[in-house]
Formats: sequence, structure tokens, C-alpha cells
Amino acid sequence: MNTLLWIIGIVAALMAGGWLIRTLGRAIDLPSRQANIYFRDMPYLASVGLAVGIFAIGILIYYYFLSPTPFFVWAVNGFIFFAICAFIFRFIGRVVGTEGSKKLFRQMPLTASFGILIIIVYAITAIFAGIIAPYGQEEVFAKANVLPGGDPATGGDPEHILGTDPIGRDILSRIIFGAQNTVGIAFITTCLAFLIGTTMGFLAAIKGGWIDQLTSRVVDALMAIPQLIFALLLMTIATAWAGSNGFLVTVYMILIIAVLDSTRVYRLSRAVGLNIVVMDYIEAAKLRGETLSYLVFKEILPNAFAPLLAEFGLRFCFVFLTIASLSFLGIGIQPPLADWGTMVKDLSAFINFAQFSPLTAALPLMAAGAIALLTVGVNFVVDWMLQKTSGLKE
Amino acid sequence: MSKQELLLKIRDLKIEGRSDETWNQIVNGVDIDLHKGEVLGLIGESGAGKSTIGLAAMGFTRDGCRISDGSVEFDGIDLVNADAATKRSLLGKRIAYVAQSAAASFNPAHRLMEQHIEGPVQHNVFSASESEKDGIELYRKLRLPDPENIGFRYPHQVSGGQLQRAMTAMAMACRPDLIIFDEPTTALDVTTQIEVLASIRDIVEQFNTAAIYITHDLAVVAQMADKIKVLLKGDEVEEADTRTMLSHPKEDYTKSLWAVRSFQREQKPLADKGETPVVSIKNVDAAYGGGTVKVLHDVSFDIHAGRTVAVVGESGSGKSTTARCITGLLPPLTGTVEFDGVTLPADYRQRDKDQLRQAQMIYQMADTALNPRKTIGEIIGRPVEFYLGLTGTAKRKRVEELLDILELEPNQYIDRLPSELSGGQKQRIGIGRALAAEPKFIICDEVTSALDQLVAEGILRTLAKLQDEFNLAYMFITHDLATVRSIADEVVVMKEGRVVEAGPKDVMFKPPHHAYTDLLLSSVPEMDPDWLDNLLEERGVDNIGDAASSKI
Repeated sequence: MNTLLWIIGIVAALMAGGWLIRTLGRAIDLPSRQANIYFRDMPYLASVGLAVGIFAIGILIYYYFLSPTPFFVWAVNGFIFFAICAFIFRFIGRVVGTEGSKKLFRQMPLTASFGILIIIVYAITAIFAGIIAPYGQEEVFAKANVLPGGDPATGGDPEHILGTDPIGRDILSRIIFGAQNTVGIAFITTCLAFLIGTTMGFLAAIKGGWIDQLTSRVVDALMAIPQLIFALLLMTIATAWAGSNGFLVTVYMILIIAVLDSTRVYRLSRAVGLNIVVMDYIEAAKLRGETLSYLVFKEILPNAFAPLLAEFGLRFCFVFLTIASLSFLGIGIQPPLADWGTMVKDLSAFINFAQFSPLTAALPLMAAGAIALLTVGVNFVVDWMLQKTSGLKE
Repeated sequence: MSKQELLLKIRDLKIEGRSDETWNQIVNGVDIDLHKGEVLGLIGESGAGKSTIGLAAMGFTRDGCRISDGSVEFDGIDLVNADAATKRSLLGKRIAYVAQSAAASFNPAHRLMEQHIEGPVQHNVFSASESEKDGIELYRKLRLPDPENIGFRYPHQVSGGQLQRAMTAMAMACRPDLIIFDEPTTALDVTTQIEVLASIRDIVEQFNTAAIYITHDLAVVAQMADKIKVLLKGDEVEEADTRTMLSHPKEDYTKSLWAVRSFQREQKPLADKGETPVVSIKNVDAAYGGGTVKVLHDVSFDIHAGRTVAVVGESGSGKSTTARCITGLLPPLTGTVEFDGVTLPADYRQRDKDQLRQAQMIYQMADTALNPRKTIGEIIGRPVEFYLGLTGTAKRKRVEELLDILELEPNQYIDRLPSELSGGQKQRIGIGRALAAEPKFIICDEVTSALDQLVAEGILRTLAKLQDEFNLAYMFITHDLATVRSIADEVVVMKEGRVVEAGPKDVMFKPPHHAYTDLLLSSVPEMDPDWLDNLLEERGVDNIGDAASSKI
């Protein structure tokens, strides 16, 4: 009963707050005309939304300053840090570079510049992993289970900032090498999925008829089975074929995920292609007597580039997550190769230490966070590109 | 009429549009006075700011535009500074808008009547049932067929002209004081257009509604407007009442607009009987959907070297289908297409490279006919490389030559994308691509109908020049008889997939005509403000447009 009263009280307060904000906004003559018009034409519900936003920020401030918990403080600090980095990155982009790139950065929202920054950082980490990482990914040290933090007083070791895992491998090095393995394999897989998907999709769009029917029905059949379960099933078979050859397992995994994901790419490229093949310039090219490959690669592909690129970003995230999930389940990327999915699984027991040593408990979250951060970054960039190419508002 | 009270007062209206990170002025200070019951015609080329001004009269600007200066006063209410609630209470109720494409403006998921009554119910003008009754009355006044039941159809179940009238009825639903018509008949056939014009004019007169009529067609505006304002690139050129404007235009620009329709190429004599035609269509029957929907019935005509054959008819008459049969995109059921006396394979895939090269096509919409991701050099260069085998500098030289012929400065245009060109320039590139194949025969499918009159005339002149230079044969598909008058040597009239009448132009434009040809000819608006009145008197309100066409 008491809770109910609280809820009613808060809702009433928010509604009153919304009304107050709008009335104040209308009464006070703001310096900009835009702001005045904004308050003048503001619907009541929007002003309540504004009140809810202010309320939420109030709660954040309360938990950050007055009743801090370590994970929450890290999250807020991280958010602020990333926002500042993105802002500086965008600012640099606006000042340095060619006229074209400067213009691009000027029109860029902060989220997109954040995404681009993340992608660049990940790419550098993946490419130069061997130089950046303090140790090799397969190096085993005598000291196992060293706690993170680097302070000997709390069971750490300055030589292993993030500590070592139960076998004695340096965790920082493995996270860095994980970028190379997980991201690299995901990239190859996505490229392969696109090669298969777009070729078949455009072919179906141009030719139509039985080719379209055949490929579409095959794709339907593949899509009818839940993707992860299907991948698991096929991977079980592939693991049996490959035996103990870890490299071969990885190759099979790439092929399986590429084929399964190409079904989604096929759907998109067929739909985009169908809109393009009805254009008069395709008819003109057909009447000129052009070959099929010219039609696909010279006439259709350049026009389908924008939606496909956006899809590439999204698809990359999904592939990436599928690989991490498979690795987490133990049939993806095989040890001793470092991989974020596997690391989450290997280190997951540490989460039990949350009450005593928050930093230790954060270890599995770091690998998971590395995955999440890239996914978020890529999605930001994709959103921005979609907006740019389609003229979509909001 | 002008003694009535002032309804809309626009003073020194300036509108800016945002592009490339800066605000550019697109309307530079326009004044409008509109009294109750008065119709103002706004005319000008595309980009003159007609539609922008029309929307600003409602206190509205498109995304990325803003009213930077000036005032818009509607019945004493300042629309520029009015708040959203005030505007909401005016729009739809006292100011209504009729858009160019009714098909795109109706919600396809709702019946016409449901959309019709939305406004009146929202604004508490009528109850739903009253509004429905009123809607039926309006449909009757607009002479829609079966007014009791047409409102219960979905937008795709009525024709374009009917939809445009239903939209006018919808704008009338709240009995507004002002209606803005934004090119309401531009997308329609001549025969349909005339019906819409007659009914719009009727209803505007009956309810004493003021209107702003936006169009680029002078002859149309002459029928509709009490006074005309001519715009050029956001500036007002001149304003006068319709009769004065037509008889005594003051400014040179206005005179040039009036003069456009004067281009006329000398008609060439018919080819000798014995001469082999470049293209000969013989008894062609064609159908879509694997023979189920028959669209062409026994179509035959010849096209001789150096001659232009205009194929006219309303949409759905089979003009474009005939072109598809010639190009081989739609193999005919029976009958043949001969080229220089040799029968062509029915399907374009079976034709050899040289046969494909000889017949080229220019499309109506240059926007969809040119690949937006290729530069002009690539677009024109491809047929040069593909058919003539030229590459490298030889190819570039040939492309530059072609651009020169088309009166486009090669160095300036060769590396541009189609989106960086104007409509007329794009159409020239389309011509260039056809010409690059060095063909004997070109099909021009409504090449000027998407263009302004001045630009269209330029294209026609270019086509005529090219024909004389290279002895080209043209098949000119159009529904615009003014174009036919200016460029054709022979005319073929089509209706419902049949050739109704064919012959040399001078004969075709002189009576006696076939009834359908007569309908087409009489439906072309003329620059005389009394033209529509006279026509209605002559033919009667029920003997124009679709109604008349279905009687034949």
C-alpha cells in the first residue's frame, strides 16, 4: 500500500513538475527565439517527459555522489570519459584534414564520432596486438590466480596489471590478443557472408523466375531453424570431422556462420536489387547487350552500396556475438587462442568475489564489455550512415 | 470581385533554405494580396519558389527551410508568429491544400470517405454523418461517377483524375476560405486534366473560395486564375490580371514564356512509296502476364529515315508497350518488327550487338534513366566503348565531341554526377548516351513531359538539329499535342492498344478527325482565358474527359 502511495505521489509530482517547467518556460523571455517557440508549442506530455528526464538525472547524481557503489561509479566515469574522448576526437577531425573530411566531421553527431573512435582503437589494437601486449597470449607464468590491481598488498603483481587466470596466463595480454582473434575472424566471416549473400541476392533480383524461387526457398529453409541452435548442431558435426585440429575447427566455424548469416544478406540485397533492376538505366544497359556480371557489379552494386554498408555493420556485430557465444559454449575459437567469449566463460567464477573485491569481479565483465563496446560503437556508426543515406529524421 | 475584403496579405516574404551548411535565400521578398473569392495563378519554372510560397501562405515551411523575413497575414492573423495551436485550428478548416500527386497524398489503407470526414470531425465543423452526406454532395458537384458509393472505395480503386477530384472535395470538406492548389493537374492526361480543371473552377466559384493556383502551364493558369503572378528564381517578375497579362506582358521574361509554344519545325514530305522504312511494325499483337492481358491489337506503322513519327494517346493506350515491342523487351504474340527490311528477333537477348546498337531509347525520367553513381563521362563513354571499341583517350575524345554536339561544355561536365545537373541537362545526357551508339533510330519516350516549357523547347530544338545532322528516325511518344505540333512529320493516334488514326501531321491537325483524335485535340488548353468556357459550351459538361472518351 505504502509503495503504491509512493508511486502515485511520484507520478503526480512529475506531472505537476512538467506543468511547472512549461509554464516557467513560457513566462520567461529566453534569449533565443527558437527556445521561446519551443516552449510555446510544447505539448503537455513532452513537458512531462522533460520532468522525467530531470528526475532521472537527479537519481543518477544522488547515487554517484551521495551513495556510491563501485560498479555504478565506474560506469558513469567511463561514460563521461568516452564522451570527452569522442568530443575531442570530433574537434580534432573538424580542424585537421582535408576540406571534405572536415565537412564530414562538422555534420557528425557525437555518437557517430564515438563509434568511429572505438572502431579505430579496436582496429589498431587488433593489428598491433603483438607489439602492444606485454606478453604472448599462450605464455604461462608460474603465478596463477594473481588478482588484478597490481598492488602486492592485495594479492596483485605489478608485472600483471589485470592479474593472471587460473592457468597463469596474463589477462591483459589475452584481452588484447582477443581483439585480433575475435574481431579478425568476425571480419573475415562477415566478408564471406556478404560475398555469398549479395551475389545470390542480386542474381535472384535480375534473373527472377526459377533461380529466384530456388534460392529464396533454400534461404527460407535455412532461416526457419533458429540460428544459434543450427550453428551449434553444425559445429558439433564439424568438430567431429576436424578431430583435434583447432585450426580446422575455426575454418569450419567461419564457413558455417558465413553461410547462415548470408541468408539475411541475401534477403536484403534481393530487396534492394529488386528496386534497382526496375530503373530505366538497368533497362538501357540490358538493351545495350551488357553481360550479367557488368549489370551486377557496375550498375547495381554501386547503387546498393549504402544500405549494404549499413547492413555490413550490423551483420558484423551479430557474427561477432555468434562467435563469442559459440566460444562461450566451448565450440568456437579453440584454446590456446585468446578469445573474449572464451575468456568470459573461463573467468566467470570470479564474479562471486563482487562483494570483497569489485575489481576481480569485473574481470569477466571486461571481456564482455570489450564485446559490448564494439557492438555499440559499430551501431552508432551504422545509424549515422543510415541517416545520411536515407535522409531519415530522428 | 476585388471589392471583397482582403483575405491573405503577404508582405516582403523572404524564405531561406539550408544546403551545404549555409542558408541560401530562395524567395527574395514577394508580396501577395488575395481577396475573398479570388484566384491567383503562380507561374514560373521549377526552382522559382512557387511551391515554397504556396506553403508559406499556410504559415508552413518544408524541413530545412525557414521564413527569414516578412509577414504572412491570413484574415488578420499573423501566421509567421502564430503558435502551433492557432495554426492547427486554421489548417484544414480555413486553409486547405491540394497536392500535385493525389495518389501519393491519400493514405492507401483507408477509404476515401474515411479520409474525407477526418478534417470536419476534428475541427468540429460537421459530425461524421453530416460530413459524409456533405461529401457525397461534393462528389456530385465535382461530377465524380456514382457519388453515393465512390467514397467507399480505396484510393487505388479510382483513377488518377478521379482521385485528384476526390482530393479537391476533401479540401472543400470544411468550406475553407483559401485553398492552395499545387500543380493539381500536372501529372494527368490532357483529357483527364480538362475534367479536373472544369470541376475545380466550378466549385471554387460556387463557394466563393479564394485560391492560389500553382502551375508551370500557362494555358492552364489562363483558364483558372483571375490574376497571374510570374516568378523567376524567387523574385517576382510581374503581376497583372489574366487578360492583361496574356495580351500585354510587360517584362521580357514573361514574353519569352509566352513565346515558347512558337517553335515549329518544318514538316518533311512523306518518304517515297518504294523506300524501305528504317523501322516497320507489322500487325503486332502483344500481351502482358504471359498472354492473359492483351494490350496491343494489330498495330502497324512505318518509320522512315530522317522522319519523326509522333505516337499520341492517353496513358494506357499502348504507346510505351509498342516501344517495348520494338526494343524487344516484350516479345509480341504475333506480328513482326522489321529493321531496314530485315525481321528482328522478337526477344532482345537474341539480337546481335549491331541490331541492338541501331535502335536506341531516350527515357521520360532522366532521374531513373541515368545511373546516379556514374559520372557523365562514364555514362556516355560506356556505349562508345561497348559498341565502337574505343578506349582511353580515343573514348574520352569521342565523349567530349558528343557533349559538344549537345551544347554542354565538355571539361565542365564530363566528371560530374547526374545529381549535379539540372533536369534539362540530364535529359541531354540521356540523348548523348543514345547518340553515342551511332544509331539509325531513336525512341523518345515522353522526353519533354517532365521538363519546363523553356527547357523542353531547348531539348526539342536539339533533337531536331541532330535529326538533320545524322538523318535519324525518331519514334516520338507523347501525350502533349503541342509537342507533336512542333516536331512531328507524321502522327499515329492510339487508343486502347489500337491505332485509331495515322497520317502526315498537316492532315491530322485539319478536320475531319476521328472522334478520338478530335477529343484529344480539343482537350489541349489554349492561351485564351475563354477557351474552357467556350469548350464547355460547345461540348457540354458531360462530354469531356473520361466520360467522352468512354463513349467513343
